Amino acid sequence: MEYNPIKKVVSGNYAAAYAALHARVQVVAAYPITPQTSIIEKIAEFIANGEADIQYIPVESEHSAMAACIGASATGARVFTATSAQGLALMHEMLHWAAGSRLPIVMVNVNRAMAPPWSVWDDQTDSLSQRDTGWMQFYAENNQEVYDGVLMAYKVAETVNIPTMIIESAFILSHTYEVVNMIPQELVDEFLPPRKPLYTLTDFENPIAVGALATPADYYEFRYKIAKAHEEAKKVIKSVGKEFGERFGRDYSKMIETGYIEDADFVFMGMGSLMGTVKEAVDLLRKEGYKVGYAKVRWFRPFPKEELLEIAESVKGIAVLDRNFSFGQEGILFTEAKGALYNTGVRPIMKDYIVGLGGRDFTVRDVKAIAEDMKKVVESGKLDKEIEWYHLKR
Amino acid sequence: MEIPEEVKKRLTIPFEENFFAGHTACQGCGASLGLRYVLKAYGRKTIVVIPACCSTIIAGPWPYSALNANLFHTAFATTGAVISGIEAGLKALGYKVKGEDGIMVVGWAGDGGTADIGLQALSGFIERGHDAVYIMYDNEAYMNTGIQRSSSTPYGAWTTNTPGGKRHLLEKRHKKKVIDIVIAHRIPYAATASVAYPEDFIRKLKKAQKIPGPSFIQLFAPCPTGWRAPTDKSIEIARLAVQTAYFPLFEYENGKYKINMPNPKKEPKPIEEFLKLQGRFKYMTKEDVEALQKWVLEEWERLKKLAEVFG
Repeated sequence: MEYNPIKKVVSGNYAAAYAALHARVQVVAAYPITPQTSIIEKIAEFIANGEADIQYIPVESEHSAMAACIGASATGARVFTATSAQGLALMHEMLHWAAGSRLPIVMVNVNRAMAPPWSVWDDQTDSLSQRDTGWMQFYAENNQEVYDGVLMAYKVAETVNIPTMIIESAFILSHTYEVVNMIPQELVDEFLPPRKPLYTLTDFENPIAVGALATPADYYEFRYKIAKAHEEAKKVIKSVGKEFGERFGRDYSKMIETGYIEDADFVFMGMGSLMGTVKEAVDLLRKEGYKVGYAKVRWFRPFPKEELLEIAESVKGIAVLDRNFSFGQEGILFTEAKGALYNTGVRPIMKDYIVGLGGRDFTVRDVKAIAEDMKKVVESGKLDKEIEWYHLKR
Repeated sequence: MEIPEEVKKRLTIPFEENFFAGHTACQGCGASLGLRYVLKAYGRKTIVVIPACCSTIIAGPWPYSALNANLFHTAFATTGAVISGIEAGLKALGYKVKGEDGIMVVGWAGDGGTADIGLQALSGFIERGHDAVYIMYDNEAYMNTGIQRSSSTPYGAWTTNTPGGKRHLLEKRHKKKVIDIVIAHRIPYAATASVAYPEDFIRKLKKAQKIPGPSFIQLFAPCPTGWRAPTDKSIEIARLAVQTAYFPLFEYENGKYKINMPNPKKEPKPIEEFLKLQGRFKYMTKEDVEALQKWVLEEWERLKKLAEVFG
């Protein structure tokens, strides 16, 4: 069957819900939180209309949402959930549990700022705070990437038995409508066959115990296996991304998407929807003669060190755009990128711009202003300061 | 010893053994006895979920397991949620869950993991009506972490964080009636049980298996280590808990209460008989004992009235 996309105008949240439907998820356990709610509402609608045969558990908290997903996934079922900010933080303990139990749960997290003060707007600190839980993280730039991301996530997660978070921006994607090219069910089924679990709880002839106490003589190797699975995941992500491109025309074989990199003096590096703005701005800056490019980090975990090195080798500077902050240090992507390059000896000049926290507007004009600043840094070869709180009211 | 098949069939406690020697429980442990009965009642076609509790350790470290059934270890607060998820997963995959020939999904959690940190997940599990059995084995404190009080610890008990001492810092709150909270959900089936009455416990487990929807059993499980009691007195202590009406055995089924033990028409034994075998109560003053006795009898009267009105 030839691929003729089904075009639908949907929000990022509906794109996520359709992807879950097309991935034939079998169990959904979720708890409401703005701005995630419409994902689960849409799935409930699919069930109510008879479009999907899903066991749906309306749990009493996010901690229980992830716990129920873990139980369901341990039986061998394909499981989906979604959350945001405070909900994700409440899940934290169970995120470790899901990864430690090697369960390929896929979750959409709608990036939202952590309180207090209360905020429902876009900010990446919620998901980046879950960096060390053992989950893979994919940051979507637009609604199409939300849809594609969920479908690819199942294939990758179920290959390496590591749970995966697909991350979209509050409101900027979650509640904004765009055309999304969806894939006919038969073709999704060809791309994403039913799950083959690492283990199940239903073989009663050969009972197992999952998650039993491991003494210091054994725990270490359990961790090493997860580390290896993340390394393996890099290869799987690239091959699945390539296959996706061959089947459906949208290539995801690169963990970092780049543009104008060949002759760029410096690149903007960032994640998520703000990179859409950056791409728009870079097109304009190029017309104005700026030698700039962009590097959109799609996968934050596993971290694409090797691809970052290739980029770093070809530019003089990297302007990192962090819609997040680690108190007492700096933007989180900035730390990661610097750390990844340290031992390579390849060290373009790098500056960290803290932008858009708590949903502060980040526009093409802002990118241009940062380009102006970064140009001076690159030309002079001198870093005036490492961290720029770009929007600060003065 | 070979036992003839026809004899095995007539046993009130199933002969089949699915909880094996080699587990790491203390001597006289009520919880391990309870888990043994659960697996006798339900057999191998069972998925047991164990949160952080003594049984995490008792079941054995990787790569061992004392259970001849599938076992999923989970985090402290999550028993109710994980059994909900397992039930949903099994149904999504087309398995029959609960009932005579279905897969049994069993949550096996301590009193801390049920009455305290796991209460919310327990409530969610019952309210949503999942086909699973939740068993709270009640040893009346956080025993696995070293005997700290829980909301299920009785009035007057010594624990490591209610140590007595000059200021008489004993547990000063009465035991939380978790089963009342469970019944407030109008659950299809709830019961109390005791390791001192295994036939009653097995009967209740079987009933919990047959009745669709969620079931809850609160199992009284002495802990000689934490109760500062001789290891050969566990059953005697558990029996006295029932005979003093400190821990009466009853069932709640289809909105009706039924008292099993002790006999509601007779005076229960005085609470001292239950207290005196256990070192944990040795710091209680006369007034403390009176306060506990008063509470026990008030609660007993209350239960009897419930059984009269909703019997």
